[in-house]
Amino acid sequence: MYDFSAVYIPESLEQALRMKHDHPQARILAGGSDILIQVREGRLAGIEVISIQALDELRGVTLEDDGTVLIRPLTSFSHVSSDPVIRRCVPVLGEAVDQVGGPQIRNIGTIGGNICNGVTSADSAATLKALDAELEISSVGGTRRLPYAEFNLGAGKVDLKADEILTGIRIPRDSWENTFGHYIKYSQRRAMDIATLGCSANVRLSKNKRKIERFRLAFGVAAPVPIRAFSAEAVANGSLISSELIENIAQAALKDVNPRSSWRASKEFRQHLIAELTRRATRAAIEKAGGTL
Amino acid sequence: MDKRRISLVLNHRPTELWVDPRASLSEVLRGEASLTSVKHGCNVGECGACTVLINGETFNACIYLAIWADGKEVLTVEGLSDEEGNISDIQQAFIDEGAIQCGFCTPGFIISSLPVLERDEVPSRDEIRRQIAGNFCRCTGYEKIVTAIQKTARARHGG
Ligand SMILES: Cc1cc2nc3c(=O)[nH]c(=O)nc-3n(C[C@H](O)[C@H](O)[C@H](O)COP(=O)(O)OP(=O)(O)OC[C@H]3O[C@@H](n4cnc5c(N)ncnc54)[C@H](O)[C@@H]3O)c2cc1C
Ligand code: FES
Ligand code: FES
Repeated sequence: MYDFSAVYIPESLEQALRMKHDHPQARILAGGSDILIQVREGRLAGIEVISIQALDELRGVTLEDDGTVLIRPLTSFSHVSSDPVIRRCVPVLGEAVDQVGGPQIRNIGTIGGNICNGVTSADSAATLKALDAELEISSVGGTRRLPYAEFNLGAGKVDLKADEILTGIRIPRDSWENTFGHYIKYSQRRAMDIATLGCSANVRLSKNKRKIERFRLAFGVAAPVPIRAFSAEAVANGSLISSELIENIAQAALKDVNPRSSWRASKEFRQHLIAELTRRATRAAIEKAGGTL
Repeated sequence: MDKRRISLVLNHRPTELWVDPRASLSEVLRGEASLTSVKHGCNVGECGACTVLINGETFNACIYLAIWADGKEVLTVEGLSDEEGNISDIQQAFIDEGAIQCGFCTPGFIISSLPVLERDEVPSRDEIRRQIAGNFCRCTGYEKIVTAIQKTARARHGG
């Protein structure tokens, strides 16, 4: 038996928002693959939860009329990676979440839970940062939009008020169109292990494929929260593709990060990974875009 | 806490259960439903000993609330036998290949192999490994498990 002091079970999003308003101390329980573990371990023993698991209106991926890819937060990792809209418009996101845990975790873990836990190693986070995702956050008072760039406030802390629920993740057309991305998860084991470092890069090339028009790069575990590497991006934007450029991007990325030592890896090893994964992910993204090196 | 009624199809049979909202599906399956093929190993989603099939996808029943099974189709290894109690091809293959030693992990591995066996081609050893990556075995060293799954797939596809 899980040690919950209350379990609220809404039957609609509207009811869930009402419950979150009336019980601000209750935690949203989506797939539970973070919360249930922490309840078992005792860290969250005795909490109240609002289980939104059965709310199918919060599941699925759609392509909006304006070309925005809208991902509902309860969509499981396996449904994100097999979704036709994701495969066509943002395959890099499907590839990233396909590296989470093992099959059972990918079937229960939700993409919304992955970013709401505010953990730097979350496998969807770097890619969603690199795609300038926008979040839709709702409460009984209405819905607000927030750039995902502004969502992480600190390790494990995100900009969700006590009465709010994440209700959508949006990737605007300009962000994915003619854009090719690549995610690399470095972990000690290939399955059932969280990232020692995660690196997500995407490029849009010029017509003749020789120049980088737009470059975006983001990391997980390179700082207390998932982050963008803006100096590295500035080096790449508008530049001709060359091996020297790749090296300059990798060196610039080191200025954007603030990795720490943990039992998984030292700060120095993480810095090595940051430069090396930047080289590899950037090359792979350029190749996917039809560029050559 | 007040129990809630859930209706599900459990091993092909429409079933109603009264469950505590705090209960995991694995507790309810092992308890009220007496389906003890579902093992309690780690209880935190790491080992796969509690794997069940829900609407065709694999889940760790230890980190799945029983109330979530309402309206779903749930399959455990007990549901693989035919009406006379004969075991299925995949179970027989585990026995034949020596893919079982202590047997604690076996029901979980068998459930995890079902989605790849449903596909219409014989999976490669690497594809099988990926599909069973969420299941731990402390005895066999995995090779014989992979062989048992691949052999079953071959037999099903007539080769
Ligand atoms: C064995 C195992 C392996 C794992 N491996 C990986 C891995 O490789 N990579 C990885 O990134 N993660 C991994 N995880 C962590 C976990 O699976 C993911 O973080 C998952 O995305 C969590 O989502 P959830 O819905 O299951 O979580 P939940 O526990 O339901 O939610 C997580 C957090 O988000 C909040 N939340 C969820 N949905 C909403 C919402 N819509 N609105 C507001 N708040 C919300 C919850 O209140 C909670 O704080 C692993 C977990 C386990 C148990
Ligand atoms: S007992 Fe459920 S995963 Fe280990
Ligand atoms: S046979 Fe003993 S754990 Fe797998």
